[in-house]
Amino acid sequence: MIRVMRALGSAFALALALGLGGCATEPEQPQAEAAAVIPPSSYRSDTGTAQTEGLVDRPWDDPSSPLYRRIVYFDYDSSEIRSEFVPLLQTHARYLASHPKTRVTLEGHTDERGSREYNLALGDERAQTVQRFLLAEGVRGDQLATLSFGEEKPVEPGHDEGAWSQNRRVELAY
Amino acid sequence: MKRLTIFLLTLVIAWVGQAQAQLTIEVTGGIEGAQPIAVVPFDAAEGATPPLDPAAVIAADLARSGRFKPMPTRDMLATPHTAAEVDLRDWRLLGMQHLVIGSVRPVSGGFSIDYVLFDVFGGGQLLADSMKTTGAGMRYTAHRIADAIYEKLTGQPGVFSTRIAYVTDQGSGGRVTLRISDADGHGAQTVVSSNEPILSPAWSPDGQRIAYVSFENRRPAIYVQDVSSGRRDLVASYPGINGSPAFSPDGRSLALTLSKGGNPDIYVLDLGTRELRQVTDHLGIDTEPAWSPDGSTIAFTSNRGGSPQIYKVSAAGGPAERVTFENDYNAAPTYSPDGRSLALVTRVNGQFRIGLLKLGGGGPMRIMSSGTLDESPSFAPNGSMIIYATHYNGRGVLAAASVDGRVSQRLSQDSGEVREPAWSPLVH
Repeated sequence: MIRVMRALGSAFALALALGLGGCATEPEQPQAEAAAVIPPSSYRSDTGTAQTEGLVDRPWDDPSSPLYRRIVYFDYDSSEIRSEFVPLLQTHARYLASHPKTRVTLEGHTDERGSREYNLALGDERAQTVQRFLLAEGVRGDQLATLSFGEEKPVEPGHDEGAWSQNRRVELAY
Repeated sequence: MKRLTIFLLTLVIAWVGQAQAQLTIEVTGGIEGAQPIAVVPFDAAEGATPPLDPAAVIAADLARSGRFKPMPTRDMLATPHTAAEVDLRDWRLLGMQHLVIGSVRPVSGGFSIDYVLFDVFGGGQLLADSMKTTGAGMRYTAHRIADAIYEKLTGQPGVFSTRIAYVTDQGSGGRVTLRISDADGHGAQTVVSSNEPILSPAWSPDGQRIAYVSFENRRPAIYVQDVSSGRRDLVASYPGINGSPAFSPDGRSLALTLSKGGNPDIYVLDLGTRELRQVTDHLGIDTEPAWSPDGSTIAFTSNRGGSPQIYKVSAAGGPAERVTFENDYNAAPTYSPDGRSLALVTRVNGQFRIGLLKLGGGGPMRIMSSGTLDESPSFAPNGSMIIYATHYNGRGVLAAASVDGRVSQRLSQDSGEVREPAWSPLVH
């Protein structure tokens, strides 16, 4: 943990320096970036149980948990949920419905093809489709947020269908 | 001490930023049939030590346009600097159609550049002018002279003194930077830099401001930044996406895309009153607004018909009308400066290319590019060229194609990706 904090600290210093290097970057920018790196849930302990039970608090980090899989993939230029991902989303919906204090951000992504702003909109549409599904499954609205990155954050850098199919996705970010 | 360290670090990074910033421009097509022109090295009057020879900048500009073929200086038989020294017979023998001569002399506060453009076969002076400048401004003044020569010889305003905004990405989690360089790639400067995505730069009609989307706070927001001072305003940070900023032709409003209503729609934001007005309201995606040059109409991309197509709507709102019917993917429209055409991203045989569509039934769409993932078309302010993003040797680069199909250029950096070009307006 200390190492992480130290890394964040130096990243912050570098970001600050880079920010000043640009002729226009506002000073608050790097702070906002650095702050966003630490997920607030890391420090929260709603149940009061010991920190050593981290995996129980964060079952989505446990490879043996059904919540570990939290990426839904999409067809090209589509925001329809494929039937194969319905059980996965229902599993998350059940968990969220029984843990009303847990929040999740639905991050929508696309492949690189076509225009960037259309892809930003398509990523938004994908995230909102997943949001509607989870709401219909009994998750409360205040547990869910959507965020589209469009084509800006691919997980696979390639320029073929193998990469594109991995990049057309919604990630459930707890 | 800490402050000094940060200051020094800033200096190093700023210097590195400048060193990496250079865009290199190659002409990749169009030399054949170019007009021969001689631009004689300019004379530096006694006591004048100009930082550069304006003739070299002018010749490079004319060559890069693809419409002129400047004579190498080593082939010149004479190097006249004044009209009295010119013997046009020398240049007729060399097959030159036009000749440019000039000189730089010191004046109070800087320099004066005197130049003359000759019609070698007609025998007359087509242009003779004198321009005051400073050492720091000499390159810009040379571009202005090239603009004047280009306009005299082609009838179309030159765009050598304009600028290009573009996004660079060092890749794999590196910095994303919005830069502005001169149209010849020189003098690149950073507008904003972030570890998070930056996209969609858009110029104000007076060239003083630039709007863009930045994810620096981990979600998209739209900023409008004054180019020379660096001061900026956060103008849109609504829930959902905040994208596709486009200044209205009068510079007072910004069209943009917001999904705060549950799906992406087009809005117009009054930059003075901050009043927000919804222009489209449809369940599908509406995005990528583009103003017609007269400000009456907004073209945009919508998937309301099942696949992305271009539609248009009155800027005051109302029913939308479909514009594109060819191909199953059309997006990112932008109007030509005369308002008669749209450049856009289209898909032909699975390849994403730049299309040019004449409005009002002007025949089939012309395909202007030959890549597989081409995007982000932007017109030069004289309407002569379209700059866009493409891939070359597996790297993101920019390319420009002339609307008449004769000239093509490639603009690349030594390292990293370059994308999302936006050509500035003509500002004189």
